[in-house]
Amino acid sequence: MTDRLDGPQDPRGDLARGSSPGPHDASPASGGASPAPGGASGATRPAGDDGEVHPALSDVRSEDPRAPAAAPEVATAGPAAPGAAPAPARRSRLGPPPTMATLFLLPSLVLLGAMVLYPIGYSVYRSLYGANEKTFVGLDNYAAIFTDSSTLTTIRNNLIWVVVAPLLVTVIGLIFAVLTERIRWATAFKLIVFMPMAVSLLASGVIFRLVYEQDPDRGVANAVISSVSGVFGGGQGYPDARPRGGDQSPVAAEGRAVVSRQPARPGQPVLLPLVGVKPADLASAAPAKAAQPAPGELTGTVWVDFTQGGGGRTNQVDGTEKGLAGMTVEAVQDGAVRAEATTEADGTFRFTGLAPGDYVVRLPQSNFEAAFNGLSWLGPTLITPAIIGAFIWVWAGFAMVLIAAGLSAIPRDALEAARIDGATEWQVFRLITVPLLSPVLLVVLVTMIINTLKVFDLVFVIAPGSVQPNANVIALEMWRVSFGGGGNQGLGSALAIFLLILVLPFMILNIRRFRRDNQ
Amino acid sequence: MTAPTLGAPPRSALGRIVDRVGGGVLQVLLVLIGVFWLIPTLGLFVVSIREEAANNSSGWWTVFTKPAELTLSSYSSLLASGFTSSFWNTVLIALPSTILVIGIAAMAAYAFAWMEFPGRDALFLVVVALLVVPIQIALIPIAKLYGALGIFGSIPGVVLFHVAFGLPFAIFLLRNFFAGIPASLLEAARMDGAGEWKIFSTVVFPLAKPAVASLGIFQFLWVWNDLLVALVFANTENQPMTKALQSQMRQFGTNVDILAPGAFLSLIIPLILFFAFQRYFVQGMMAGSVK
Repeated sequence: MTDRLDGPQDPRGDLARGSSPGPHDASPASGGASPAPGGASGATRPAGDDGEVHPALSDVRSEDPRAPAAAPEVATAGPAAPGAAPAPARRSRLGPPPTMATLFLLPSLVLLGAMVLYPIGYSVYRSLYGANEKTFVGLDNYAAIFTDSSTLTTIRNNLIWVVVAPLLVTVIGLIFAVLTERIRWATAFKLIVFMPMAVSLLASGVIFRLVYEQDPDRGVANAVISSVSGVFGGGQGYPDARPRGGDQSPVAAEGRAVVSRQPARPGQPVLLPLVGVKPADLASAAPAKAAQPAPGELTGTVWVDFTQGGGGRTNQVDGTEKGLAGMTVEAVQDGAVRAEATTEADGTFRFTGLAPGDYVVRLPQSNFEAAFNGLSWLGPTLITPAIIGAFIWVWAGFAMVLIAAGLSAIPRDALEAARIDGATEWQVFRLITVPLLSPVLLVVLVTMIINTLKVFDLVFVIAPGSVQPNANVIALEMWRVSFGGGGNQGLGSALAIFLLILVLPFMILNIRRFRRDNQ
Repeated sequence: MTAPTLGAPPRSALGRIVDRVGGGVLQVLLVLIGVFWLIPTLGLFVVSIREEAANNSSGWWTVFTKPAELTLSSYSSLLASGFTSSFWNTVLIALPSTILVIGIAAMAAYAFAWMEFPGRDALFLVVVALLVVPIQIALIPIAKLYGALGIFGSIPGVVLFHVAFGLPFAIFLLRNFFAGIPASLLEAARMDGAGEWKIFSTVVFPLAKPAVASLGIFQFLWVWNDLLVALVFANTENQPMTKALQSQMRQFGTNVDILAPGAFLSLIIPLILFFAFQRYFVQGMMAGSVK
């Protein structure tokens, strides 16, 4: 059952994905630019040349000694090994008349013609008209794409997607593939990481809406961050606490810190009353207690000087008033911090072993910094990185499985030879493994580039309505202006054509590769 | 991958480094990554079987200390809300789309692989070119066409769209497989006087079962998971699960009790298919990534 994720895999279909580089191609671009050997085009080839029917993909490997050896099967696991199959030469002798072929092709041709080819033509035509399909606007819709600030945002976002996401997916896939190479339970790991590919992008979107909930008590992403930042001492957080206004208060604000007005001496309790703390923050707070004087110790109380329901005395610790736990308190003398203490649940604190003298008691700024309330993943700033995170979750398994297949096809002797020559492991990886993998890495990269160009569902589902303008991408904007209330199918058609133009290089790459492989 | 044997050369450079650092660290690391990958889906599942009030007040992970909060009420209220009809719409869209693509593409692939006709190579290049065409290009023209034909919003319209856009990849995949079938088999059948249809249906197609299985699984899941086509071409009455759920996304916070069980139900079938036919699934998905 699980052999496929486990065993050596041929990363087949690379031609379909439009990228597998040829023997000497450093990049898909150079691959696309190099002329097809032989120059003969498939279209003009004599009908008798039956070399065509060789599956393109296994040929790619066989002509490249450096490329990972081709696994026996190309597109499918099956009895036939297309690469080894003899060209069905001379079959035309017994072959059927061309009219027969027409019958077999007819349904496909009708559907492809009516629903794929004709729409391309119609979209070009429609893109020259405005929202009203009778108004000819020339190239105005295309001009609008590059001048309107909202479409420029979508192009910028798509650019971020295309640059960042494919690279991350490929690198993560490579790391996973290498790490799982020697693990016994690699199949289980691969199953888990590959699983998101079976799930609809809509369900993935719902899943990540839950992950990215801002409240650390609900969203798992922020829960993890807050527990980590809690470990490393994040702000305790009474962001709204402040001294009572007016001159009667024994404390005063000093910047964002709070200091005692009167000099404090050991043996003399200090009162540090604050107000403005939200009742919600005090739900679990204990009643405050006045600190007991102790010889040689500087003691005091930090509390909320506010009796709920009224009746409390100002600047006195009354029975029901709440202590502020966990406040950092500093004893300052001549501008230098001499000692530091933390308040108990009842708001009391004590400094022991202070030299006699006058001190200023200070509640430093850190007490008044907000506690971690969660990153707003779904806010305007982080939304695109957040969705790219979900994209990686979906696609890393694909990259991993493909790269692992390539990895298992690397000839061992090449690696061993390098080691015998004294190469370090890192050198072997960087100078031999990665170059030998480069055809597969490019397949993954190009597949992801095509995917990110067309990304729609994840953005549409994860970005909340109010943030969608910030997260917008071309495919989503195309839908929005055409069907989602934009009401401008002229602009929508122009956006669709724009998208087609963006994938055109990969289409050309496909055709070139296919023709070369079938020479 | 062959089972590691004693003295076998390390499989890669990093593999050897990893050996030196210690397999234990690696194992722990991979377990952590695996857990990390599972947590989002696990979260969706737990949210879907937790009381609504509990979901509103605390994180789903607290359920492990309070299992009393578990309930199936979200599922029963979801089913009572008419979600089942969108489930059946999904089935009614996905099954015919898959069967039609296989049938129509197999015929074309047979012609491309084993028949002679003028312009065959050029035509096949067109198919190769169409592999990467974004479906956005067809949304507006086909919506207009369907309007004229009177099938806009209907299930046949959605199916037809999926079939058309599934064809290039299906033809490409099947043609490559068909071409690998030994010519002698076909020659023998022709000698026996079998017609083209008979050769196709009794010799070639049965031999291509693995390819057909990959294609079928891939196409089925592609259609099952589609949102965009349904969004444009299916009306509310004929909408599949993805569109039904999407319409609830606007009030995500208050609709979690519908969205979580709905999303989970929608991914149950793909997950079952994934684990049952993993071999074909991986093949189809990888080969189909071109979309």
